[in-house]
Amino acid sequence: MLEKAHEGRPALLIAPTGAGKTLAGFLPSLVDLADPAKRPKMSLTARGVRRKGIHTLYVSPLKALAVDVARNLEQPIAEMGLAITVETRTGDTPAHKRQRQKYDPPDILMTTPEQVALLIASPEAPDLFGSLKRVVFDELHSLVTSKRGDLLALGLARLRRLAPDLVAVGLSATVKDPDELAAWLVAQDPDAARAQADIVTAPPGAPPDVRILEPADIEGWRIPWAGHLAVHAMPAVLAAIETAKTAIVFVNTRAQAELVFQELWRINEKNLRIALHHGSLDVAQRRRVEAAMAAGGGANGLDAVVATSTLDLGIDWGDVDLVIHVGAPKGASRLAQRIGRANHRLDEPSRALLVPANRFEVLECEAAIEANAAGAQDTPPIRSGALDVLAQHVLGCAVAAPFQDDDLFAEVISALPYRDLTRARFDRVVDFVATGGYALKAYERWAKIRKTKDGTWRVANPQIAQTWRLNVGTIVEMPMLKVRLVAKMKGANRFGGRILGEMEEYFFETLTPGDTFLFGGEVLRFVGIRETEALVMRAQGKDPRIPSYMGGKFPLSTHLAERVRGILGDPASWRALPDQVREWLELQRLHSRLPRPGELMVETFPRGNRWHMIAYAFEGRLAHQTLGMLLTRRMERMGLRPLGFVCNDYALGVWAATDLGAAFAHRKPSLDELFDEDMLGDDLEAWLDDSALLKRTFRTCAIIAGLIERRHPGKEKSGRQMTVSTDLVWDVLRTHQPDHVLIEATRADAAAGLLDIRRLGAMLARVKRHITHERLSRISPLAVPIMLEIGRESVPGSAEEELLREAADDLIAEATGR
Amino acid sequence: MTPATLLRTPGDAIALLGEELVALPCGAAFWPSERTLIVADLHFEKGSSFARRGALVPPYDTAATLARLAATVAATAPARVISLGDAFHDGFGPERMSEADRAALEALQAGRAWIWIAGNHDAEAVGDVGGIRVEELAIGPLTFRHEPRRGATGEIAGHLHPAARVRVAAGSVRRHCFAGDGTRLILPAYGAYAGGLDVASRAFAGLFETRALTVHLVGEGRVHRFPAGSIVGVGVSRDGTGPRRANRS
Repeated sequence: MLEKAHEGRPALLIAPTGAGKTLAGFLPSLVDLADPAKRPKMSLTARGVRRKGIHTLYVSPLKALAVDVARNLEQPIAEMGLAITVETRTGDTPAHKRQRQKYDPPDILMTTPEQVALLIASPEAPDLFGSLKRVVFDELHSLVTSKRGDLLALGLARLRRLAPDLVAVGLSATVKDPDELAAWLVAQDPDAARAQADIVTAPPGAPPDVRILEPADIEGWRIPWAGHLAVHAMPAVLAAIETAKTAIVFVNTRAQAELVFQELWRINEKNLRIALHHGSLDVAQRRRVEAAMAAGGGANGLDAVVATSTLDLGIDWGDVDLVIHVGAPKGASRLAQRIGRANHRLDEPSRALLVPANRFEVLECEAAIEANAAGAQDTPPIRSGALDVLAQHVLGCAVAAPFQDDDLFAEVISALPYRDLTRARFDRVVDFVATGGYALKAYERWAKIRKTKDGTWRVANPQIAQTWRLNVGTIVEMPMLKVRLVAKMKGANRFGGRILGEMEEYFFETLTPGDTFLFGGEVLRFVGIRETEALVMRAQGKDPRIPSYMGGKFPLSTHLAERVRGILGDPASWRALPDQVREWLELQRLHSRLPRPGELMVETFPRGNRWHMIAYAFEGRLAHQTLGMLLTRRMERMGLRPLGFVCNDYALGVWAATDLGAAFAHRKPSLDELFDEDMLGDDLEAWLDDSALLKRTFRTCAIIAGLIERRHPGKEKSGRQMTVSTDLVWDVLRTHQPDHVLIEATRADAAAGLLDIRRLGAMLARVKRHITHERLSRISPLAVPIMLEIGRESVPGSAEEELLREAADDLIAEATGR
Repeated sequence: MTPATLLRTPGDAIALLGEELVALPCGAAFWPSERTLIVADLHFEKGSSFARRGALVPPYDTAATLARLAATVAATAPARVISLGDAFHDGFGPERMSEADRAALEALQAGRAWIWIAGNHDAEAVGDVGGIRVEELAIGPLTFRHEPRRGATGEIAGHLHPAARVRVAAGSVRRHCFAGDGTRLILPAYGAYAGGLDVASRAFAGLFETRALTVHLVGEGRVHRFPAGSIVGVGVSRDGTGPRRANRS
């Protein structure tokens, strides 16, 4: 690393957690700064005295990590007696300090991507960054897969322009495609081959000690057929916690975290100190848990914390020596990173226990362990840069200083995610920023930026810059309500009481006063919504309604899916599986058969007064949900009378009022026709435009692009915040200007993210003429898990009108006695 | 007389003090015996109202609202159109209206009486947009005004932008709606950018006889009629189980 730095070359350092890579990233800076001759100085420039600028900028995805790394850096600096200043700058930094940092910056500044965006748009940017030598990106692998990474890539391009000698360094966990990450760090020339930084790979640590929870571990445990909560496995989880100094119990969703936490405490007779950590809890509460974790297993510490992805990254806790993963791992790299959170000494193996919640998850855990042993990675590729993020950046550039569009375009395409951006698209984005980008030129007089006579774009008025600053960033929360605990009392006055945290507004919209749910480990009763708060009371109920399972967040990776299919198709490998799972698969072989790698197996069977079809696609819940929507539309048109569908990560089930088995057997339609790729054309368009998913995606794009403002806490009340429903804006825009740049951005997001259309498309192309039909007289063992999901899932979007009609007509029929 | 082109759908009749009105899927009400079309809260030029304050939302809302209104006028051939106030999102709306939209509005007004009832958003509206402006209007037993008054009977109003969430087989669905109890009717907001306010919210308190409350949710090609018992937050009991429903499995 030092060598690379001496050569002045950019580098990507890949190392498992605990290899001390963060400090390694700073060593060259410390060496540099220790030499008085190389330290940035005040200098005279055309504009007057140039102040001393920042030497090294460190960017972390987490505020807490930036603060922690600063602390860890200050120690060696003090020990070596170096006169090097280190400071942090996050959203929590007091305003006066942030102001002072602009004219008297430290040598090393530790910050977040959002602060970088704000700093490069400040008038002081040339002074602050003119002498910048190094920029260090921590946890780069996690940054580049989101829009935050897009914004940061654009920020890096700007930094390179302010400081042409800048050397970028990335720190990353092991990823599938390190070359791509290395290319992200350096300037790209779209006409040349991809440039990239040098890659330095640290030796891997000792292989982890990973075990799957077995039925034998718990007396009388039957591995459930379906579900995600693994409640019955909690005694074994508790026993495992007892063997560790400190354990992290990772789960996939907030709902799981709540339930696992509650269940552990219910049986926690020894009063082990177990805490809860997830994104909805009050910040102060989360900080307390983190502080207790830092204290380790000692007197003020914790025995375990139940956590969601909020603890995937971040500070190293020396005392964590066991990771328990409840539920499916979903991805090989993801599991490897989570396991790496235990034990930060390289020479000792990390210890992990996987707790599958159902039989398919046993297979998935097995596949993940195989992948882990083979060192296989399945991190997603770097995204292609989003247009809404570019819009935010363009306005930010105008806020910084007037710009020429040719210059800015050249700068933007030097960032890897925007390398392939066309000039025409770029111009459309600039037009959007200026006047909304509408074919109907109605808003010239309210333009945000204007092209002046000298050809530069300038911000129209200072208010625009102010609004931009308040809206910087790409993390758009769903509208949230604060959860306030109120006392049980008569009368209307139920104000007062503690804030427990916050949750998505749409969750409460589905509740009726009186409904109970789990939050912060307590059963709460929903009282009602008052302004921006959801009022709740403590409830005695033992059977809470659980926050809806947000299983869509981490779909099963293609890599793991392939491995699961491999296990299914290879009975010899079943020896490693628990008896119950092996028997289940044997039964499947007896009553139907097992899906072979490379094919799409479809089973049909009657049940109740309905006919069912199960397609074992193994493409993850998101892709299956999209497939379900498209398939049922097509089946409707074909007269197959589909009534509903359900999916999990492994399969899709559709039930209908006609005999699907007979229809497919007579090739009316054939399965090849039914699963033809052309469903991704018009059907997809038609469905998408109405889908709630797309509207939610549009809202995010509209906020990031600056079309509408974020909801700022406290501003709602004053009424200064203007609101227009983005759903309504979407409806109007898609009818009147379907080629608008924000619609393009929304569709791109949906295709890549929530709908997993690319994956679905790849699957449909792959299975062509490899679709096999098993016509059964009754439900198969493999179909049981998916059939059990029926009724737990709500029906998505487009069935809404149908359900309304049904409900209204039912009432009419009831009322008229028909 | 109902024009032949007016397509009736199941459950779209609204009784109000003995008069019969029709809830149209677009969100307008039609009074056949008076050949009167009633719309509430058009909020023309809401888009440009946002734009002048820095949010450059698509400038197509006025055209979209007018196009929908034109289709309804063509289908109902009314002798009279009543706008129940807040026709413009702000007082300067008429000035900002494009020539094309102005012409479209004029075409709609030709050959029929056009009444603008004053609202709170457009009370100070400036600019000539045809028709006549009144504070409120009475026809037969019915009174038309912008903001509903507690205690009034035979009133048709807007202002509140009613919307309702109702229980269906899988969860619940929320839509703009007509809200009435036989003596009062509140129309949904018609404007393309006009949002909805839940009928269960406090703004509606004291306006309706709860047991008699009926909502017509606007849908695709038809309205969907629901009694108070189906409305989340109104007829659903406190224990959250709601009214019993027939088992349809």
